[in-house]
Amino acid sequence: MLHIVACIKQVPDTKIIKMNPKTNTMDRSSAPAILNPYDAHAVEEAVRLKRRYGGTVSVLTMGPPPAVKAIRKCIEIGADEGYLITDRAFAGADTLATSYSLTKALDKIAQIKPIDLILCGKMTIDGDTGQVGPGIARRLDIPPLTSVNKIVEINKDEGFAIIHRKLEDGYEVVRSTLPCLMSVEKEINEVPYSPLPNMIKAARYQPHIWAVADLGEIDRAQLGLKGSPTIVSAVWAPQKPQGGTMLDGSSSDRVDSLLGILLERKELFQAIEEGGGGS
Amino acid sequence: MNFDDYRGVWVFSEVKDGGIAPVSLELLGAARQLADKRKTHVAGVLIGEEVKHLAEPLFAYGADTVYVYDAPIFRHYRTETFMQAMLHCTNKHKPEILLYGATSTGKDLASAVATDLPTGLTADTTILDVEEDTGLLLASRPAFGGNIMATILCKKYRPQMATVRPKVMKALPPDPQRTGEIVEESIDLKEEDVRTKVLEIVRATVKKVRIDEADIIVAGGKGLGSPEGFGLIHRLAQTIGAAVGASRDVVEAGWIEHHHQVGQTGVTVTPKIYFAIGISGAIQHIVGMQNSGLIVAINKDPAAPIFQSSHYGIVGDAFEIVPMLIERFKSEPVQSVLRGKEAKHA
Repeated sequence: MLHIVACIKQVPDTKIIKMNPKTNTMDRSSAPAILNPYDAHAVEEAVRLKRRYGGTVSVLTMGPPPAVKAIRKCIEIGADEGYLITDRAFAGADTLATSYSLTKALDKIAQIKPIDLILCGKMTIDGDTGQVGPGIARRLDIPPLTSVNKIVEINKDEGFAIIHRKLEDGYEVVRSTLPCLMSVEKEINEVPYSPLPNMIKAARYQPHIWAVADLGEIDRAQLGLKGSPTIVSAVWAPQKPQGGTMLDGSSSDRVDSLLGILLERKELFQAIEEGGGGS
Repeated sequence: MNFDDYRGVWVFSEVKDGGIAPVSLELLGAARQLADKRKTHVAGVLIGEEVKHLAEPLFAYGADTVYVYDAPIFRHYRTETFMQAMLHCTNKHKPEILLYGATSTGKDLASAVATDLPTGLTADTTILDVEEDTGLLLASRPAFGGNIMATILCKKYRPQMATVRPKVMKALPPDPQRTGEIVEESIDLKEEDVRTKVLEIVRATVKKVRIDEADIIVAGGKGLGSPEGFGLIHRLAQTIGAAVGASRDVVEAGWIEHHHQVGQTGVTVTPKIYFAIGISGAIQHIVGMQNSGLIVAINKDPAAPIFQSSHYGIVGDAFEIVPMLIERFKSEPVQSVLRGKEAKHA
């Protein structure tokens, strides 16, 4: 029986977030908070492994109290247990402080039930770093495996996992000892619509909620903004390129104008070989 | 921690396909600028098996010193082994700044090294600068899906580390006269103590299109309506000999594979010509293509933000404009112009 923990995060949907043009800040109310899309694949993969080998899937997140919603989403996907660590002391954490806090929570979860495997999404869509997963692995002194796009085998009895790591032009097959931590690619699976019983369970689910004081021995100096070596010194709206020339006239005129512009760079184009036409 | 002990700007010199990854050469160029401002040196860190011969060429691109870890245990990239080498080198020679390409290997390595040192790490940097007197690295990056730019500092720890996006910094023109020092290093690491083994490497049989290497890219977006509509993009690309790019929406809808995606969570491209067809121009797309030589946008919506980021725009229906463009391109007058150019070259 495996115990798999997926580390997840609730994020603003950056695809539709609006900027306040006056202050150059994000209008967070404009974007709904969602489960980080990459993390949904980590949870789904954990659920699939549970189906294959038997066991328990827990999810862990750090965030403000409303992050319970992201945990419920994971319960819908099929997770069994959810843990939220929430405390003002965690606020403003960069990736180093985040991996420290999550590791402390993982230590506590492992006391309840030893952990065989930790799964993370490739990155979050708000932070875009992908640094927290390997950071947790280093702190727990277990192998980090990033870019995982297939889990071939988890063998708890013999204590190893075999996985594929995505490369630019293929993949590598890697064998690692267990426990280990994997950051998974989006393509590792498809997250199906949740079955109704899961949705009902999720709606009623109350996760375990821990504050700093619940995490046992902890170095407060390593938490939150205080424990973060990186700080944001300036934020600005990216410079927008200047709009160029709009081509006018009939459709035919506009295509002709465009063709003229392209042929100024004719050295970039090859003539179509006779008989071997374009389409 | 005495900051004065930390000197020099380093670049993790990633090995790829038996050579140095282009991004590492770009970073040597960026490192040179930072180092000149700080009046200090540039060093490369080279890790691998039988890679020593790759050290010398790094001098031409701006390195003064190359630290080499050359041993069979480094045959394949593994976090555990490369991390130990990098930690060893960093603890021994103490750089002020350490840069990695934001490739999957560079990001993996940097994340592990930052945790163990520990120090701050800024991801996916696109702008680098340094304070001349303090040596403070100003690492700026797009955040929140490219909606904002943020400058990140690491004031209390050294080295300061950042991963840097490929194709953003410029490599120096190689100067074969430049020389430097090769420092061979080694660490005591036994294969039986390494917990991960690379069993096999499987190369894709069909070589994937590398859109970041294309001179011309035809990219399509949700405006094409359907996978069938997206076929128009393939037709134009084929006609003019271009690579196919796509917006995130299109990739998420499954019309085309992820390695065609241009933008913040896809590939950064700098082709000589970029066509954005039926792409509205979300900021996360723009950050991935805005440095293209010539940007042409075709979109039905005159208010589409893509027009703000284009050199030339056509407001119109792609299904009317693009087939006309394909037809004109194939026409005899255009083809004779193109053949004429070839004849001149011959």
